[in-house]
Amino acid sequence: MIELTVNNQSVTIPDGGTILDAVRAAGAELPTLCHHDGLEPYGACRLCLVAVTHPRNTLAAACVHPAEAGMVIDTEAPQAVQARRLTLEFLLARAPGSELIKNLAARAGIESSRFESPPGVDEQEKCILCGLCVRVCREAIGASAIEFIGRGENRKVGAPFDLQAEACIGCGACAEVCPTGAVKIEDRGGLRILHTWHTQVKLERCSGCGSYFAPQPMKFMKEMYPETDRLWGLCPVCRSKQAGLLVEVKPVVGRED
Amino acid sequence: MKPINPSELARLKEVGLSTLHPPGLRIAVGMATCGLAAGAGAVYEAIKEEAGKTGLNLMLIKTGCLGYCQQEPLVDVRLPGRGRVLYAQVSTKAAPDMIAALAQGRLPAEGPLAVIAENGNSKEIRLEGFDHLPFLDELPFYRRQQKVVLRNSGLIDPASIEEYMAGDGYQALAQVLSDGDPERLVEAITRSGLRGRGGGGFPTGRKWRICRESSEETRYIICNADEGDPGAYMDRTVLESDPHSVIEGLIIGGYAIGAHQGYIYVRDEYPLAVEKLTGALAQAEELGLVGPNILGSGFDFAVTIVRGAGAFVCGEETALIGSIEGTSVEPHPKPPFPAIQGLWGRPTVVNNVKTLASVPIILRRGPDWHRSIGATGNAGTVVFSLVGQVANTGLVEVPMGLTLKELLEEVGGGGLNGKRIKAVQTGGPSGGCLPARLFDLSIDFESLTGAGSIMGSGGMVVMDEGTCMVDVAKYFLAFTKAESCGKCTPCRDGIRELHNILSRITAGQAEAKDLDTLEEIAGWVKACSICGLGQTAPNPVLTTLRYFKDEYQAHVLEKRCPAGVCSALIELAINQEACNGCGLCLRECPTEAISGKKKSPHVIDPVKCTRCRICADVCPEGAVQVVR
Repeated sequence: MIELTVNNQSVTIPDGGTILDAVRAAGAELPTLCHHDGLEPYGACRLCLVAVTHPRNTLAAACVHPAEAGMVIDTEAPQAVQARRLTLEFLLARAPGSELIKNLAARAGIESSRFESPPGVDEQEKCILCGLCVRVCREAIGASAIEFIGRGENRKVGAPFDLQAEACIGCGACAEVCPTGAVKIEDRGGLRILHTWHTQVKLERCSGCGSYFAPQPMKFMKEMYPETDRLWGLCPVCRSKQAGLLVEVKPVVGRED
Repeated sequence: MKPINPSELARLKEVGLSTLHPPGLRIAVGMATCGLAAGAGAVYEAIKEEAGKTGLNLMLIKTGCLGYCQQEPLVDVRLPGRGRVLYAQVSTKAAPDMIAALAQGRLPAEGPLAVIAENGNSKEIRLEGFDHLPFLDELPFYRRQQKVVLRNSGLIDPASIEEYMAGDGYQALAQVLSDGDPERLVEAITRSGLRGRGGGGFPTGRKWRICRESSEETRYIICNADEGDPGAYMDRTVLESDPHSVIEGLIIGGYAIGAHQGYIYVRDEYPLAVEKLTGALAQAEELGLVGPNILGSGFDFAVTIVRGAGAFVCGEETALIGSIEGTSVEPHPKPPFPAIQGLWGRPTVVNNVKTLASVPIILRRGPDWHRSIGATGNAGTVVFSLVGQVANTGLVEVPMGLTLKELLEEVGGGGLNGKRIKAVQTGGPSGGCLPARLFDLSIDFESLTGAGSIMGSGGMVVMDEGTCMVDVAKYFLAFTKAESCGKCTPCRDGIRELHNILSRITAGQAEAKDLDTLEEIAGWVKACSICGLGQTAPNPVLTTLRYFKDEYQAHVLEKRCPAGVCSALIELAINQEACNGCGLCLRECPTEAISGKKKSPHVIDPVKCTRCRICADVCPEGAVQVVR
């Protein structure tokens, strides 16, 4: 266990934990955008910057910085608040269409950004380049259908050559993890259309009710989980009925923030 | 050839000595990239052709870089019985006379720069007919230099492992393996005071120890040869001129940390370096100096050369590791440091080319010898590529602790064309600009960092009074903006905004509050970026704001560029007294902004003029002047 101090409060967290774990244990509020508990730490958005005042004086990205015994953290130190403010101001210029960013900025007292939007960014833009979609596709799904393209200010996320992503299984995890709702997915007729990736996958009909419900490329799961054979081919609603369970299942579609 | 045993090193050393000091004529042409750019390739061919025509028997060698790039093509002529002379700025036209003289048994009279001293060629003996000529190390350019990393550069044939061995190459490796005590080896490097020469200055011995003490069995060592700073070519020169010193250092480092696989990550924009390195590695493998059971010691070590695809950020060690692994190239947060968790998640040491090239000679001459060079806490030498508006440009190696003034005035020979040096930028695009009033600063890691710059990997750009510091900051930010990988917000978006503001300032469109914003963003990018690229990219802005605030204010408040550089803020005019009415400017002006009768003074129409300065470049009288 690691014992450390967050905002004058002593907390104890398991070995291997990050500063973010300690901040959460202390119940302090700290926004994160590129962080997801199910994925490897990344540290890109720089919104979770906190001041470390001991054993050295520095600003640290809480989500990736390992917690150390005896460390003293101040989430509200002026330099940390100011650093997060600038991060938000730049994210607001990059994603002027994101309600989440607008709300976070408003809470930090920022009504509009002083900075120009990067080239090619319009008022509807919501992507903040946090990379959650890329990482969930690679780390959790194992498909690696999308990747970062270009560098610096020209960085963006996309499928290879902005064409139909052959590796995409249409699972929709990218849209699910996106914190700003930048990934557009729509089920229309027998198709799942992943607008953002210029990709479409066919949907399978439920053998019970006949409604379209699952992307065809996900059929590989039938071989992976033979025990589900009896329920295979059923939509979540029919499956719940068949299994004697009536649970509400949220369909996987892009969500707005 | 088959794998050799340690005793055979002595035999190969003799072979190397016999080609370095053959009984007959030996001509070595400096053919590193700097030499080739100056035309050394054609000079080599011309000498070869002339010698063929006259039937002159000679050994013609392609050697590396002696450092005095400005004097290239450099030709080193060794005529037994007569002496050894270095010729500068040799042209193809000089080849026939050169060969004719040598065929007559005398040294050519044209273009000698210095006498090269050899064993037995003591300083008292001057060459007949060359009495006025100084020895090479007496030239002002070389007098303050001390060659450790560049000890063989330009003197040996980089394609010959035997010539490397002539200077006791691979002896340190043989000694280390026969000692069989990696612990003592790490101790020796620690005691030598060697610090990372890639710019970070982390103690090499300590890095090796951290990796060595890991509980993980599989470990790696990587040579970082992804040198990408504009105006910097230290690593390239070492690889082109003395590749074996790097390979030997890498094997020794691998032995020290318990690695059996080493990598050399070299940028593919250095084709000659890749070629020399590949050739050298093949020779070392053939002799069993790389591979299984090296010199019969039981130690196995393989080396793989990985060619970088051109992203500047790959010079950052975590991004470099990602590039070797084949993932998209982005830096990772540290900790964990590579020495704990690096390539494929295993403990990995990443050392710079110059760090590794220093290792063999430090072991041969002893840690105390190395400690005795340089300054306290900053042992050894530092290699700079001295470029820009300085009289002597080239690759220089000086003991740490020398002052900037000594380096610029003595080695560099002062400003170009006698102009006053205004500032110097150390450490590549992420370094800081230091003003002339700080030139008493000692060249060491801490002093440069304290003044807001960095040692970096060793670029040194000299600027004179004709340089606009705002324009310089804009130039470097344009580079880091283009090379930011885009992963983290401060580096990706902050550098872009810094560049936007600098562009507005140089265009005369900035307001006073922009200067505060500039400082605010620069500090944020420096403090909050993930990797060294972002953390140092604002240095040119921060240091020019600190030392040349008046120039910023002139641009912003008075809409004036004091150095007369920023085209939006200047006006060109023709000095009516100086103009002889030759009409050259009128003919060359692309916007027809110049008018005037032949043989009477011309004038520039400021409305049509785009400040391209072609008129100033072509005017034989220097009559075109910046008037605002």
